[in-house]
Amino acid sequence: MITDLDFGEISRTLPYVAMGLQYTVQITVVAAIGGTIFGTLLAMARLSSMKPLALAASGYVNLMRSIPLLLVIFWFYFLVPVIIQSITGSDRPPQIGAERSAYITFIMFEAAYFCEIMRAGIQSIPKGQSGAAFALGLGYWPAMQLVILPQAFRNMLPVLLTQTIILFQDVSLVSLLNVTDFVGAATKVAQRDGRVVEMYLFVAVVYLVLCSLLSYGVKRLQAKIAIIR
Amino acid sequence: MQLGILFEQVPDGDGPWWQSLASGLEWTLIVAAFAWILAFVVGSVIGVARTTERAWMMRVASAYVNLFRNIPLIVQFFLWFFVVPGVIPPVKRWVVSVDPLTYQLITSVVCLGLFTAARIAEQVRAGIQSLSRGQRNAGYALGLSQVQTYRYVLLPMAYRIIIPPLTSELMNLIKNTAVAYSIGLTELFFRTREMGEMTFRYFEAFGAATVIYAVIAFASNRVMAILERRVSVPGYIGSHK
Repeated sequence: MITDLDFGEISRTLPYVAMGLQYTVQITVVAAIGGTIFGTLLAMARLSSMKPLALAASGYVNLMRSIPLLLVIFWFYFLVPVIIQSITGSDRPPQIGAERSAYITFIMFEAAYFCEIMRAGIQSIPKGQSGAAFALGLGYWPAMQLVILPQAFRNMLPVLLTQTIILFQDVSLVSLLNVTDFVGAATKVAQRDGRVVEMYLFVAVVYLVLCSLLSYGVKRLQAKIAIIR
Repeated sequence: MQLGILFEQVPDGDGPWWQSLASGLEWTLIVAAFAWILAFVVGSVIGVARTTERAWMMRVASAYVNLFRNIPLIVQFFLWFFVVPGVIPPVKRWVVSVDPLTYQLITSVVCLGLFTAARIAEQVRAGIQSLSRGQRNAGYALGLSQVQTYRYVLLPMAYRIIIPPLTSELMNLIKNTAVAYSIGLTELFFRTREMGEMTFRYFEAFGAATVIYAVIAFASNRVMAILERRVSVPGYIGSHK
C-alpha cells in the first residue's frame, strides 16, 4: 500500500471546502423549492384541457428529460445572460457568472422532473375529490389549492424528497463550469496541493454519509405519513 | 443560428465539425453499450441477491446499492480515475503502461456500468418481488433447485415486467455518458464543448448536440417499446395479447 497519504490536508482545507458544501446545499434548497412550484404549474398545464398549453408543457418536460444535465447546465450558462439582455433591453449581455446562473438552471431542470412527480400525484387523486370540490362551488384554482394539491403533495412527498436527494448529488456537475461547489472546492485544493486521492475520498465519504442519512429519513417519513386505506 | 459551421473544417483536425461530433457520438454509444452489458449482468446478480433468503447476501447486495446510489456520478468518475490508481500500485503501473484513451474508456465503462448496476438491481428486485409467492413455490414443488427456479421461473417473468423502468435506465445511462467528459473522454459532449470553444458558435454546437441526444432518447424509447410489446406477458395489464 501507499504510505504517503496525508489526511491532514482535509482538516487544513476544511473551511474552504465547507463553503463549497454550503453553496451546494443552497442550490439544492432553492432548486427544490423553485422546482416544486414551477413543476406543479407545469403539471397542471400538462393536465389542462387547453391543448396548446398541455402540448407546450409536455414538450418542455420531454426535451429537458431527454438531454444530459451537463448539456442543460452549459445551455443555461450561455442562454441566461442573453435572455436577461433581451428582457432588460440593455446593449450588452450582463455578467451573470456560472455561480448564479446555476440557480436558474437547476430550477428549470428540476421543474421537469418535479412536474412528472406532481402529475402522477394529481392523477392519483380519485375523481370524486375534484367532483366534490366543484359541487361545492369551488372554481378551478380554489379546488386545486384547497382540495387536490394538498393531497397530491402529501402522497408524493417521499418521492419529491428522494428527487431532492438526487438533485443534491447532481449539483456536483456544476464543478465542471469551474464553480466552487463542494466537488469544485475539493478539486481546486486537490489540484493545488497534489492531494487528489485524499480529497476525493473525503468528498465521497461525506456524500455517502449525508445521502444515506437523508434516504433513511425519507424512508422513516414515508412510513409515518403513509395513509392507511 | 448558422448551421454552415458544421461543414467548416476543424482547425487542427482532418474533417468538418459534423464529423467531429459524429466521432464523439460513436464513443458515447460504444461506452453506453459496454456499460449497459456490465450493468445488466452485475445488476441482475445484485438484484437477485436482495431477494434470496440468505442474510449475508442481502446485506452485501444492499450495501452495494447504497454505496453506488449515494455518491454523485462525477465523484465516482474521480474515484475510479484518480483514487483507485492512487491507492492500488498494480493499477497505477497498468495505467502508466496503457494508452490514455484505453484507460479513459475502461474507466468510463466500469464507472457507468457499476453505477447503473445499482439502479438495475433495484428494478430486478422489484420485478421479482412483484411476482406472487406461488411462482417460487411452484418452481420448488417441481423439484427445481433455487438457481433453476430463478433461471427458468422468476427471472424470465421479472425481466419482462420491468422493461419500462429498464427503458428509462437505458436512457439515463446514455445521458450519463456525458459525465465522462470530466475525465477527458472524447465523447459527444466533449466534442460539442470543443466545437463551441474553438469556433465561439456555442448555440450551433449545443443545438446540434441537443438534437442528437433527443433523437437517441426517442429512438431507444421506441426500440424498447417494440421489445416490450414483443415479450409482454399475456394476462397482465398492458399486454396486448
